[in-house]
Amino acid sequence: MYVAAKGGEKAIRNAHELLARRRRGDRTLPAVTLEQIASQLTLAVDRVMAEGSLYDTALAALAIKQARGDLIEAIFLIRAFRTTLPRFGSARPLDTGAMLVRRRVSATFKDLPGGQLLGPTFDYTHRLLDTSLAEADAGGAEEGAPPPVAEPAPPMPRVTDLIGAEGLIEPSPRDDGAEPFDITRAPVSYPVDRATRLQTLARGDEGYLLALGYSTQRGYARSHPFVGEIRFGEVEVVLDIPELGFEVSIGEVEVTECQMVNQFKGSAQVPPQFTRGYGLVFGQCERKAMSMALVERALRWQELGEEPGAPAQDEEFVLSHCDNVQATGFVEHLKLPHYVDFQAELDLVRRMRAEIAAERKEAAE
Amino acid sequence: MSAPQVGSMPDISYNFAYLDEQTKRMIRRAILKAIAIPGYQVPFAAREMPMPYGWGTGGVQVTAAVLGPDDVLKVIDQGADDTTNAVAIRGFFEKTAKVATTTSTTEASIIQTRHRIPETRLRDDQILVYQVPIPEPLRFLEPRETETRQLHALSEYGLMHVKLYEDIARHGHIATTYAYPVEVAGRYVMDPSPIPKFDNPKMDDCPALQLFGAGREKRIYAIPPHTTVRSLDFEDHPFRVQRFARPCALCGATGVYLDEVLLDDRGGRMFVCSDTDYCTTRQEEGHRGEMSPPARDAQEDAA
Amino acid sequence: MPAALALGFRDPVFDAQASFRAAMWALARPGTPCPLDVALAPPAPLAPEAAALVLALCDYETPLWLDAPLSAVPEVAAFLRFHAGAPLVGEPGEARFALIADPRAMPGFEAFAQGTPEFPDASATLIVQIEGFTDEHFTDGGFMLEGPGIEGSVRFGAAPLPADFVARMAANRALFPRGVDLLLAGAGHVAGLPRSVTVGEG
Repeated sequence: MYVAAKGGEKAIRNAHELLARRRRGDRTLPAVTLEQIASQLTLAVDRVMAEGSLYDTALAALAIKQARGDLIEAIFLIRAFRTTLPRFGSARPLDTGAMLVRRRVSATFKDLPGGQLLGPTFDYTHRLLDTSLAEADAGGAEEGAPPPVAEPAPPMPRVTDLIGAEGLIEPSPRDDGAEPFDITRAPVSYPVDRATRLQTLARGDEGYLLALGYSTQRGYARSHPFVGEIRFGEVEVVLDIPELGFEVSIGEVEVTECQMVNQFKGSAQVPPQFTRGYGLVFGQCERKAMSMALVERALRWQELGEEPGAPAQDEEFVLSHCDNVQATGFVEHLKLPHYVDFQAELDLVRRMRAEIAAERKEAAE
Repeated sequence: MSAPQVGSMPDISYNFAYLDEQTKRMIRRAILKAIAIPGYQVPFAAREMPMPYGWGTGGVQVTAAVLGPDDVLKVIDQGADDTTNAVAIRGFFEKTAKVATTTSTTEASIIQTRHRIPETRLRDDQILVYQVPIPEPLRFLEPRETETRQLHALSEYGLMHVKLYEDIARHGHIATTYAYPVEVAGRYVMDPSPIPKFDNPKMDDCPALQLFGAGREKRIYAIPPHTTVRSLDFEDHPFRVQRFARPCALCGATGVYLDEVLLDDRGGRMFVCSDTDYCTTRQEEGHRGEMSPPARDAQEDAA
Repeated sequence: MPAALALGFRDPVFDAQASFRAAMWALARPGTPCPLDVALAPPAPLAPEAAALVLALCDYETPLWLDAPLSAVPEVAAFLRFHAGAPLVGEPGEARFALIADPRAMPGFEAFAQGTPEFPDASATLIVQIEGFTDEHFTDGGFMLEGPGIEGSVRFGAAPLPADFVARMAANRALFPRGVDLLLAGAGHVAGLPRSVTVGEG
């Protein structure tokens, strides 16, 4: 006698209970608060906001807590919430030249107006585990009144504007005032324009873009990059309200911008100019902004008359696989039952094996 | 830098069937064009859903856009109502749309499915919504969307025939056993989703409306009722479906698709209906198979 | 809202869903009119059935074209802008949806977007106001329809329609998979004539 397995509903309920228990961990310890996550795991929060395409530290912290620290799962939670939000319009292009700068470095000039500003960075830290952070009182000396924080530096000119004034680098495209394509609101078809490409990369997976950007440095679509500038800080978001006939500032966001200055292009008719690769990411995500700029530049091969052939230059390949929410869903869907299809394959393999066995038998007789 | 302010959480509430009205209109427009151009994949701006891509988000968006308060919804995965993903999707609509649900094929007005078409012939007032992972039938021959779009535009399907013929040359059989390509209304070659090719004949001249949703790939397509759906084949290798040597071990049905269940590690196995509603209904009608539990009277006698 | 503006859907969620379902079944079963239950009272000459379809299907993403009788009445544009938010366009070729109150005088189908071989879905849907449908008992005129969605063939008629209707529909069918799709609305019903349908003289 056989009774088919039932009880999917009960199994799911039990799994969710177990998950909740695991998430909470040791109940003799206090639960981690959203304030702690938003204040101490800031780079995780930044990544979730960037790839989740939603600027909200509280929700990102909540998502990280709910996802047990799995950032792709947290990004997924944010995306699924974001998609339910009404869309009021699009902001004016951010003016990163007016940024309240917390950090700004250029690899192309030793010194420049506004100076080099190291700011909060892992650069030049010795990567030695700091056991003082492991103490039970969670780094006693670090608690208490916050140390004074330096005021942000006043707006400083962008490096690309400085060399652009001499005509040495291709100009940024002008804002034509048209409503940009919105990849969350309309289906993408290839080839795409630059705005669509940048949007897709901005919410693309950091690890994926890192690997592709790295590949361009190793000769797969080499574009001879220099970090013209990386800057991180707060910029104002401004919205035009046509009904009111004026613009309003709706707040500030922290962003990281990377302007890559790449090998020049020119011809007998056109004087040579450096070219750009551009990266812009919510929060402090330098690795992502740099990778994005490298990949963005590689994808411009056609417009700049370069030879194609490297993976990072393949627009349809790069853009259609960079979203980690899509990627993780489809990879993980292999866990779902597929026994109906497997049965069909089993049957065919058995049939073909039987036919071969019969042929052999016939040949032997 | 000031300490991050973690303010109060926003008040989160969802619309009927989760999707906002603008999104539903966008999906509905795509569905209308899909019906007008049978078998053609209409691009649509699929939204992120609160379930992973690849787990039925396309089907869920189509169902959410079509669903009304008077509908009765059935959700199956592998033919079964109680597989975990079917349970999760049914629960989603119970929660967000509060619609009636059923496991009965005949009672349902909308059936969302993954990998099967019910054994019971569908009616002309029913809608069958398929979850589709890869909507492009030419994808594994030509990965580029820019190329496949041209091939569809030119009705250039030679590539597909070459692939199927190469199978015959190598294996003596067409090696495609599921997601077997079909030609719809004499024009578009279409991926029927990963149903076993056993189910392909049910798509032809089907009285119900068949809608297909691919969320991750952002495509919707359709087969109107009573439309000619032909599985690709060759004169010397006509399309044929799998036949099972034994009837269902629980209801004795023949001519239906069966799941193979391993019973032990000594080769013991049984074959039972993949369509759980069909099997249960037959058992309730008194049909029996070789491994059916003893009839109730006999059980009572034994006790 | 200006005091004179007629009301939109009483229940925007469920009325839109019901109107869409009627349009969906109409296109899925060409030539079989589907009941369209509407309680709208839009400004004339906009008919309630056509108004329901626009409210259910159009928004700021769908440029809408109005024929001369409709565009002559400012209240019609005000009603559609307020309740659907659809941008009104002067060129029929720019429209995703076209609303036609006088079918006899409607422009040729070639004036509307017919899609491309790569994207045949990028074509217009024409919402045509009619006064009534003629069914199989109606012996005067009518057409025979065949194609996807139809078991065998079905007899269909509607009035008013342009005099060259059969020739137009034949030309439209010849473009397949390009072409326009028609939703004929009136008398509490909507009927669909998608580009896939073959229309013959009854």
